[in-house]
Amino acid sequence: MSQAYTPGLTITPFAVLRKTRKLPLKGEVLVEVGQIVEPQTLVARAYLPGIVHIVKAGEILGVAGEDLEKHILKREGEKVEKDEVIATATSFFGLSKRTVRSPIRGTIESISPITGNISIREEPKPIYISAYIKGKVVEILPAEGVVVEARGAFLQGIFGVGGERWGHLKVVVDSPEEPIKDINGDMKDCIIVGGSIDGENLRKAIDIGVKGVVVGGIYDEVLRDFLGYDIGVAITGQEDIPLTLIIMEGFGTLPLARRTFELLRRFNGFFASINGATQIRAGVIRPEIIIPHNEPIQVQSESFTNQLVVGAKVRVIREPYFGRLGEVLSLPPEPQILETGAKVRVAEVRLEEGVKVVIPRANLEIIID
Amino acid sequence: MAEAILAVDCGSTTTKAILFNKNGGWHLVARGEAPTTVEAPFDNVMIGLFNAVRELEELTGRGILEGERFIIPSLNGKGVDLFLATSSAGGGLQMLVMGVVKTMTAESAQRAALGAGAIVVDCIALDDGREDFQRIQRIRDIRPDIILLAGGTDGGTITHVVQLAEILSAAEPRARLGNLPIPVIYAGNKDAREEVKRILGEKFSVIITENIRPRLEVENLGPAREAIHELFLQHVMRQAPGYNLLMEATTHPIMSTPNAVGEMVQLLGREINGNVLAVDIGGATTDVFSVFSGIYNRTVSANLGMSYSICNVMVEATIPNIQRWIPFDVSPEEIRNSLRNKMIRPTTIPQTLRDLYIEQAVAREALRLALEHHKSLARSLVGVQRERTVGDLFSQTTGGETIINMNKVEMIIGSGGVLSHAPHRAQAALMMMDAFQAGGITFLAVDSIFMMPHLGVLSSVMPEAAEEIFWRDCVVPLGSLVAPIGAIREGEPAIHLKSRNYDLEINFGEVRILPLPDEEEFSLKPAKGLDLGEGKGKEVVRRLKGGLLGIIVDCRGRPLQIPQQDDKRREWLRATYKALSLPLPGEER
Repeated sequence: MSQAYTPGLTITPFAVLRKTRKLPLKGEVLVEVGQIVEPQTLVARAYLPGIVHIVKAGEILGVAGEDLEKHILKREGEKVEKDEVIATATSFFGLSKRTVRSPIRGTIESISPITGNISIREEPKPIYISAYIKGKVVEILPAEGVVVEARGAFLQGIFGVGGERWGHLKVVVDSPEEPIKDINGDMKDCIIVGGSIDGENLRKAIDIGVKGVVVGGIYDEVLRDFLGYDIGVAITGQEDIPLTLIIMEGFGTLPLARRTFELLRRFNGFFASINGATQIRAGVIRPEIIIPHNEPIQVQSESFTNQLVVGAKVRVIREPYFGRLGEVLSLPPEPQILETGAKVRVAEVRLEEGVKVVIPRANLEIIID
Repeated sequence: MAEAILAVDCGSTTTKAILFNKNGGWHLVARGEAPTTVEAPFDNVMIGLFNAVRELEELTGRGILEGERFIIPSLNGKGVDLFLATSSAGGGLQMLVMGVVKTMTAESAQRAALGAGAIVVDCIALDDGREDFQRIQRIRDIRPDIILLAGGTDGGTITHVVQLAEILSAAEPRARLGNLPIPVIYAGNKDAREEVKRILGEKFSVIITENIRPRLEVENLGPAREAIHELFLQHVMRQAPGYNLLMEATTHPIMSTPNAVGEMVQLLGREINGNVLAVDIGGATTDVFSVFSGIYNRTVSANLGMSYSICNVMVEATIPNIQRWIPFDVSPEEIRNSLRNKMIRPTTIPQTLRDLYIEQAVAREALRLALEHHKSLARSLVGVQRERTVGDLFSQTTGGETIINMNKVEMIIGSGGVLSHAPHRAQAALMMMDAFQAGGITFLAVDSIFMMPHLGVLSSVMPEAAEEIFWRDCVVPLGSLVAPIGAIREGEPAIHLKSRNYDLEINFGEVRILPLPDEEEFSLKPAKGLDLGEGKGKEVVRRLKGGLLGIIVDCRGRPLQIPQQDDKRREWLRATYKALSLPLPGEER
């Protein structure tokens, strides 16, 4: 295939972003087209059918399924309260009485003459979805949700954990490689940005109520300690954790890319929405930072190409030059042999410090400025 | 009479088109590939397929397409006579299976689904340790393409299988693709059919097939597998974007990719009249196929893979188990970060030997775990007396034990990037040797360009052509592995090999390669405490096939005698690498 490289992740000061906010099942939309919404604005609601509890009534009463009918006090479709008696049976000439109580408040869904089980469904639960980003409702998806549009900066990370959160952006370091430390009360409810973070500072961030942490690199052990377990498959976003963590570059000692750092610093103090949800499979999802703003930004016409060409700015995304930036000097058409012995297509790259190296094309990420 | 055949595999990331033609005999002409286009923004599998076929046209100079129409049949050097396709795109065929007892009907249901090429997303059984509300919640959370419901023997009680139907009815799961009711294949106690239809009929599309366990001692998987295959085509495929067009274009029914590979493995088993193990280690999953004593099994380890799932291998295998295969000092921290970085950027490739050997260490563990998983499912029926039948009728002796015996496997075929594209073929051989630890005499091969799906679907139409191409163009023979079973003291003579060209003794603990491009008769005499399949110390005379490597004599013991101390273990590994002429970091050739 001709495109044997990883296309870079989007890092842009300005983009028009549309977020589809959809209910998991049909419901009702609570906002109108043109309405300005905040991240926490509830835009749609649905009722999730309650969970069914199966009560082994026949077994409890000591009667066969086909005889259960005679002992039932409530019929299919009737409502029941928690602990309400729904079936009774007497034995030993009325000396012993057994009862079946409903374990929940709900509705009798079915009574089985075969198994002797009674199914009781819990009351439906309302579920809401919020706007997630500050913006304008531009489309209603009848009974399903809305599309919210925002204008602002958009940055994709490489990996994240934790779901949608929002807060003021606070760059708490002076350079892209500086680790986050000295966590303090001013950071409460904020999304803090730094080169890296260790376990101790991550714990402090949780303690004071930081909403999100954005870093260049992190050690996998820190992530494991934070989550309390090792992530196996890279599908995240549903973790029950007190803050959202977004990793922009990778695992290990990796500073934030300079332009990422500069962009975040430029919007320091702005209100941002973040989502750590990551899915690294077909239909890839990367974590994101959305910073709505009305700053006048000259956006260059999009003349860039996703093709790897001579002169392209690239970043190496694998050892032995992991994280280094450079420029493509040549793209030899013939595959070349690597140290491993593999014969692959490569690029000759001049790293920022001037050294010329040969890198497999698959290990380069194009940087679009 | 067919002269040219186009076979296409629409994988989850890549669509691979292969052209075969008859020129003296059947052989591979060329292969074209393009990214699969079942997801947004394309949402049409045909776009990627046309791209792959156009690449094939460019490579061969043969016109196959006229606009967006396939030229069938061939005429004047244009077009093809057969157009066949397999597919695993869009996440493959995802199934939920249910049975009454975990180790009995639920296990049979699982084998039926896996054998039909499905991914089993969960297996619900009344003794699975979960409460009903947990089962209901779980069924709701997953969105299967097809559900297979089994339970009870014919004439037995219907209560339990009806209970399962009630759980399913209460959960009311939604389909993954489209808005049609989910198909439920009922393959349980025939006396419960009416009751199951009554409970599920309104919410699901219920299909009744023969009971997969009509009697405790009989497993009858065929009808359920056929029903799955039929539904895969009629229900799942039709919902996937562009597949209605693909189904119209092909000359024969589309097969699911694993199902096609399974067909090919079964054909091989019949042809060599022996036990075969085939493994496909991908980025996300590892499939294992086997034919042992004529019985076919397939398992898919959904989260054991070399890119997307590489960290799941790390979690399941644990770092010390990965570390034990690395021939140099590397900290757990470095392994962790390195694998995490591979996970988040799955398309990158190792540039250094250090990086390569870390990945190959993980591959050994993924293969080992996938084989363990396979062994646990490819087993005889629990607690019954022997009753052998043919095909899918699958019954065994006392029950419960695995039918996979790694000391009695004639052939192992490895495929998937880490094996097929290993820079040195000996690395592929060593990964399979360490992971599977086959004992006795086993022929090792790799599928060079993952052509097994194409040949599998071809085998359903023209088995001879598929077989001919398999040996000629698909398989890369590495050679015969001779691995004495057991252990003796290190350094003592372990085996004496004698043939027309060889007469030598190899000590315990050593690995040796004897170059042999074709085949030769060997007399193999293991030491007293070691066994080559005929008993301890018993001589074996056998015609051994060579290959790219030749005869690989592995006297490291079965099971492998891995030194416990770190430095000793690394020394042991380095000696093996050297014996196989493999480069080591810092000592590149």
